[in-house]
Amino acid sequence: MPASLLRELNSLLGPSNVLHKIEDLVLYEYDGSVEKARPDLVVFPHTTEDVSRILKLATKYNVPIVGRGSGTGLSGGALARGGGTMIVFARMNRILELDLENARAVVQPGVVNLDITRAVEHAGLYFAPDPSSQKSCTIGGNVAENAGGPHTLAYGVTVNHVTALELVLPDGEIVRVGSKHGDTPGYDLCGLFVGSEGTLALVTEITVKLTRKAEAVKTLLAIFDAVDDASNTVAEITARGITPAACEMVDGWTLCAIEDYIHAGFPRDSAAILLVEVEGLREAVEAQAAAVEDVCRTHHAREVRIARDDRERDLLWKGRKNAFGALGRLAPSNYVLDGVIPRSKLPQALQQIQSIGKKYGFSIGNIFHAGDGNLHPIVLYDPRDPQQFENAIAASREIIRYCVELGGALTGEHGVGMEKNELMPLLFSDADFDLMRRVHDAFNPDSSLNPGKIFPLSKGCGEIRVRKQAETLPAHV
Amino acid sequence: MTATANLATRLESVLGAHRVVAAEPELREYAIDGMVPGAIVRPASAQEAAEVARFAITEKLAIVASGSRSKLDLGMPPARYDLALDMTGLHEIAHFDPGDLTLSVDAGMPLRQLARMLAEKGQFLPLAVPCCETSTVAGALASGIDSTLRKQYGTPRDFLIGAEFVDGKGALCKSGGRVVKNVTGYDLHKLLIGSLGTLALITRLNFRTFTLPQAHGGQVACFSNLEGASAYRDAIEKSGLPLANLETLSPEMVAQTAAVLRETSAEFAGRLDPAKWCVYASFEGNEAVVPRIARDLQKLANEAAAAGSEILDAASDAHLGGILREAFDWLRWASPAVALFRIALPQSNPGDLANLLRVAQDSSLRAALLVRAAGIVHFTLFVESENESALHALENAAARVFSLAGAGHGHATLLHAPSKLKSRVNVWGPNRADLGMMRHVKHSFDPRNIFAPGRFVGGI
Repeated sequence: MPASLLRELNSLLGPSNVLHKIEDLVLYEYDGSVEKARPDLVVFPHTTEDVSRILKLATKYNVPIVGRGSGTGLSGGALARGGGTMIVFARMNRILELDLENARAVVQPGVVNLDITRAVEHAGLYFAPDPSSQKSCTIGGNVAENAGGPHTLAYGVTVNHVTALELVLPDGEIVRVGSKHGDTPGYDLCGLFVGSEGTLALVTEITVKLTRKAEAVKTLLAIFDAVDDASNTVAEITARGITPAACEMVDGWTLCAIEDYIHAGFPRDSAAILLVEVEGLREAVEAQAAAVEDVCRTHHAREVRIARDDRERDLLWKGRKNAFGALGRLAPSNYVLDGVIPRSKLPQALQQIQSIGKKYGFSIGNIFHAGDGNLHPIVLYDPRDPQQFENAIAASREIIRYCVELGGALTGEHGVGMEKNELMPLLFSDADFDLMRRVHDAFNPDSSLNPGKIFPLSKGCGEIRVRKQAETLPAHV
Repeated sequence: MTATANLATRLESVLGAHRVVAAEPELREYAIDGMVPGAIVRPASAQEAAEVARFAITEKLAIVASGSRSKLDLGMPPARYDLALDMTGLHEIAHFDPGDLTLSVDAGMPLRQLARMLAEKGQFLPLAVPCCETSTVAGALASGIDSTLRKQYGTPRDFLIGAEFVDGKGALCKSGGRVVKNVTGYDLHKLLIGSLGTLALITRLNFRTFTLPQAHGGQVACFSNLEGASAYRDAIEKSGLPLANLETLSPEMVAQTAAVLRETSAEFAGRLDPAKWCVYASFEGNEAVVPRIARDLQKLANEAAAAGSEILDAASDAHLGGILREAFDWLRWASPAVALFRIALPQSNPGDLANLLRVAQDSSLRAALLVRAAGIVHFTLFVESENESALHALENAAARVFSLAGAGHGHATLLHAPSKLKSRVNVWGPNRADLGMMRHVKHSFDPRNIFAPGRFVGGI
């Protein structure tokens, strides 16, 4: 890293917005994934113009740039795989405009997901995408990864709630795509940039749709003595055309860990539970809740509880959203996978995951968005044991391969990042990569933005910028 | 031998004679704003479509793909038009998993046929677009034309989950997949929506499907002026009632709708008052939800001092809803020459709408206003002939409409216009600042510019 770049960045942003000491940089060498890579510099812009100037400097010095929100990502998307300068958006965290009449908010990328809802809930509105990390993840990171969450079953992922973006291209040019309305003539550039994992441009302003809170909500907890019964219930809820707002599944083993941590009243002796939420008009909610309960009982649910009030409902969700933290008490580390399958294939997928776990000698927990077939198997392992780490990676790849065999996909909401880029050929042909690379190169021709992500290194796009030593090192070693 | 015959002969050597047509009467059926292609090609598979693309690259030809050709008047005429690629030969269901509510269907599948097949499993695709009797699934998607179910189900961006297509290098590509949640790779399929065939030849589309509602109904409420209708609409929006569709019709639009309705039900047509502004609301759900929404809407209409309001039963709702779904189709032929604008505004307030009507008044043009759901306005100007003074009036009006839309932080495009007007007015309106990025996208997909050149925004 050239010393003159550090001087110029200090001059541009002030020393309090630039980190360059190893003891500071190590805090930014990991995210929520098992990967690890250290940036050479970390900078904190306050304005779009700051970002533009940083990118111009990066171009001048030919150093890679990686954008980062709060680093909660699970695919290594916000890691500096090629070293270089990391732009952390934590200090661009202002809500710029609330247009309640049009149900829109204009925000900077460093705004925390849940803070958008907090700012508008007095008007009966909220921001629908709700990743488990919503108390700490930022909207900029959500946009980069096209983040989901439990309630995306009914309301869609981040891209379904973004109408406009302000972007900075690698050469520092500031551009806007989309509009507050969301409907502009021409190609859907917002649709392209959301989920592009910071490989095409950096996002500096986001216009999001706000959703009106439903008139009524019911949250059901269905308890099963067999995992198959729970997964068959989910398949039948889908097949019957019932669309809950959320339909989450937790296996019994994971549930015990959550109960020990959160004390939400989950049973300790079940094989699995489903957390199903229905919302809408009162009449619709009554009917849907009854239909869900009927399906649960048809598939031998031992008990179906309905949350009596907001406190009970919040407690159930607290258990679900803090599950990963709860599992942290059971093993030195855990690896949260993210695969998608057709919902009709859920029972066989869960059986296969257990078989793969046994084969590699792991306990694999399952806590996931069952309603949209988005699996999150969790492999508990000890990263101090290199063999265990290798086995965890091998098991995860086998599970993801199986998802693809069932007609599924590599990732439902965590992104490809540097976790699954080498698995991309399971889904995409050379022609597919060729086109994706042309689109990539149209905006990021030198691979200066987030190199080594999405594309397999053998398929081009910045492999020369990737540091060998950054590969496959577990974060928790 | 003519150049056209030469072209057809060369194409026949690639795909076989049965796939190529160069007879003059048929060529004319594929004309776009008077431009006639040199040949028609009818591929029967994605591989054959890719063959045509590679042929076009080698021969430096321009291809315009079409389905039922019901909306070829959208966009600008192509800068070049050598081959019409008729995609109706690709019409199979590749995959349908009713238990997963996912579907993969060939580009040329007619929407009507698809709807019948899905309905057998109690499902549907919420692409309620005009010309639905003939439209193909990819044609509807590539046209970007609005679905009247947009308010409840969103745009195709919200339920298109993957696509297969031929890119401008003649390669078969794909994006997305067949699962309802997927962030693997760039979402290139979203770029195809509304792209008017300028990026790729769509060969297959993957969708999530939806369950048919148990019941549906509607309401028509009438008001003596625009302000009353707008206030009622605002009250509905604030109520949070989940509606499938919500439309406001100006008196001229009511008259035009009643005229179409009269062809099938004089009695129903007689119940629409062409002197009033009408708000049409459509809703669906279970047997308890539908009457609840009907009751709430009637209460809101009373509070808004509607001049009259009527709940429509399912049959009447389907009847009126169907006619409004087809409005783009019949409005464009409702007069010897028509300019039909689509205007997207952050919110359609009465001031913006009054300004639009003033444009018509100032030009002495008859106008119909249809305020659709989700902030989309269809504003139609009618002239009785395509003479110079009429074209001049439309040209001036178009400039003012584009300007008004821009001032309201929105954007206007001309969905339909006389061909002669297109030589004076760019139907896409003023270029936006992101045009350069769109050109990047176009070049990435279609580096030789073989797909529908000149049809799209900014001359793309």
